[in-house]
Amino acid sequence: MKAEEVETKNGEVVKLVDVHKTYHTGDVDVHAVRGVSLEIGRGEFVALMGASGSGKSTLMNILGCLDRPTSGRYVLDDADVSVLDRDQLADIRNHKLGFVFQSFNLLPRTSARENVELPLLYGTRSLTGAQLRDKADGVLASVGLAGREDHHPSQLSGGQQQRVAIARALVNDPEVLLADEPTGNLDSRTSVEIMGIFQQLNERGITIIMVTHEQDIAAYARRNVVMRDGVILNDFNVAQRLSAMTELEKIAPIDSEPQS
Amino acid sequence: MRSVLTALGIIIGVAAVIAMVGIGNGAKAQVEAQIASLGQNVILIFSGSTTSSGIRTGWGGAGTLKVEDAEAIRREVPGVIAVSEEVVSTTQVAAGNQNWFTRIYGESADYFDIRQWPLADGSPFTDQDVRSANKVCVIGRTTASQIYGNDDAVGQILRVKNVPFTVTGILTPKGLSTQGVDQDDIVIMPYTSAMKRVSGGTTLRNINVQVSDGNQIAAAQQQIIALLRQRHNIRPGRDDDFTVRNQEEIADAATATTAVMTVLLGSIAGVSLVVGGIGIMNIMLVSVTERTREIGTRMAVGAHGSDILTQFLIEAVTLSSVGGVIGIIFGIGASQVLSSYAHWPTLISLTSVIIAFMFSAAVGIFFGFYPARKAAALDPIEALRYE
Repeated sequence: MKAEEVETKNGEVVKLVDVHKTYHTGDVDVHAVRGVSLEIGRGEFVALMGASGSGKSTLMNILGCLDRPTSGRYVLDDADVSVLDRDQLADIRNHKLGFVFQSFNLLPRTSARENVELPLLYGTRSLTGAQLRDKADGVLASVGLAGREDHHPSQLSGGQQQRVAIARALVNDPEVLLADEPTGNLDSRTSVEIMGIFQQLNERGITIIMVTHEQDIAAYARRNVVMRDGVILNDFNVAQRLSAMTELEKIAPIDSEPQS
Repeated sequence: MRSVLTALGIIIGVAAVIAMVGIGNGAKAQVEAQIASLGQNVILIFSGSTTSSGIRTGWGGAGTLKVEDAEAIRREVPGVIAVSEEVVSTTQVAAGNQNWFTRIYGESADYFDIRQWPLADGSPFTDQDVRSANKVCVIGRTTASQIYGNDDAVGQILRVKNVPFTVTGILTPKGLSTQGVDQDDIVIMPYTSAMKRVSGGTTLRNINVQVSDGNQIAAAQQQIIALLRQRHNIRPGRDDDFTVRNQEEIADAATATTAVMTVLLGSIAGVSLVVGGIGIMNIMLVSVTERTREIGTRMAVGAHGSDILTQFLIEAVTLSSVGGVIGIIFGIGASQVLSSYAHWPTLISLTSVIIAFMFSAAVGIFFGFYPARKAAALDPIEALRYE
């Protein structure tokens, strides 16, 4: 219901039209994505699901502008990005997309603040050191890491590292937040906490596309897209949506970490 | 730690270049000082010729120069301001119970002006002494200390071939020549006295001529040749029986030798700099491989290939430049050590320091470029997935 309302207001932010992707490995052509058409509206929270080899990772790479479709069109925020070159794609990634990875991918020996500042350094806007710092600290506070700005990744727990990664993804105010198995390296409690952050961000109107193979994680999204053999098998709105807040209370009623 | 080891290659390379070029330049400067000590605007005429009737007699070999030739040059060649007839012999000198084997130079009174060789003590002999072939001489510091020890030599008697000479002055010390000869081990007396009382010869080994300014050297040289050919009755087409060299020609030959040495030493040291550069390339390649995921992450958040290229180039250049600076410091230190312990003259010029630094930075760019380009060309998907 709510997704439709948002869609009528803002239209779709992601539109895939008959996208194919073929890899040439040696003599064998691997047809990873075989004609996917998908529209995702502004403010949606989509879980992209499927077994390994279903083409979901390839589709995610295309959605993340890390890869270009072999054929078909990809319209992101009213701009056709399937025709752009390497550097233009890098700019799109910088301005319009935020990435969250399974293994966090934070720079080691670099403080949380500096990790979050990284996308700003590659942006077109030139900010002063103080502006960078303010922006990074603000985003870190919004994911509940105020006071840990100077910690290095090795000094942070997995959940905290993933929050730094989320902060880094959000620092350039992206159109879409892309998460590739964001809970794959986390225990179940921390996973729910991360889902809590995603749900909060989504409430604020941020579009989220998340790849996962876990059914119970996908249940925190509003919409699930299931892939198999390079095509969309199923696309439905989640009927019984889980709330991270209530789930957290169930797991540890006494010790629920306050989320800001 | 790894960076330090990598930079060590550059440090050693740059230090070697600085030290080697320093030694080369030091030798060159010493030779130049030596040449300059011959005096300014000096023409040297040697008796004999390198190709006299096809027989190489060598400079000063055949006694063809006469005192009258020197007189004629003094009289007839324009621009000549000083002439010194020179005879050289080596013999035993003695005073009291001390004796010493040394070189005896017979010269005119102009010699001290031509060579720009002032006296440390006493006074030089005069034109009158030369005309009268007086038994006077000036001696070098080494000779003085060998014969008289710490006593004041001025006014003492020095017996040369049993002829008593009065020492009128002590020369200022000049140190070793480039050939390693002690220039202060010398006795200088009027050439008339030397010919008459010591060597007994009638010909000169060479004539030192000084002209008033540098532009006149070539003209004066031509006139001296013409004059001497005429005086020696040498028909056109026959070889000279004397050899004329000016200071510049001697300087050119000497500096060319040391320049070759400098280039040789510098290029040997340069090889170690290149080896250092290869070390940098190696470590940068390792670094790119190790940081593949970091590169992928940077690309995912919007880094262009050029950003990655610049980042790794800067790292390589930083590594090599820091190595360069440390190398310069070590190189200067090594030259100082060589100067003070091995007594080799070294000369570190600002130019060689700047060139060494620029070169080390260039090594960083050159050897850092391939790894950096490799990093920049990585596929972000592959890089992100790299374990």
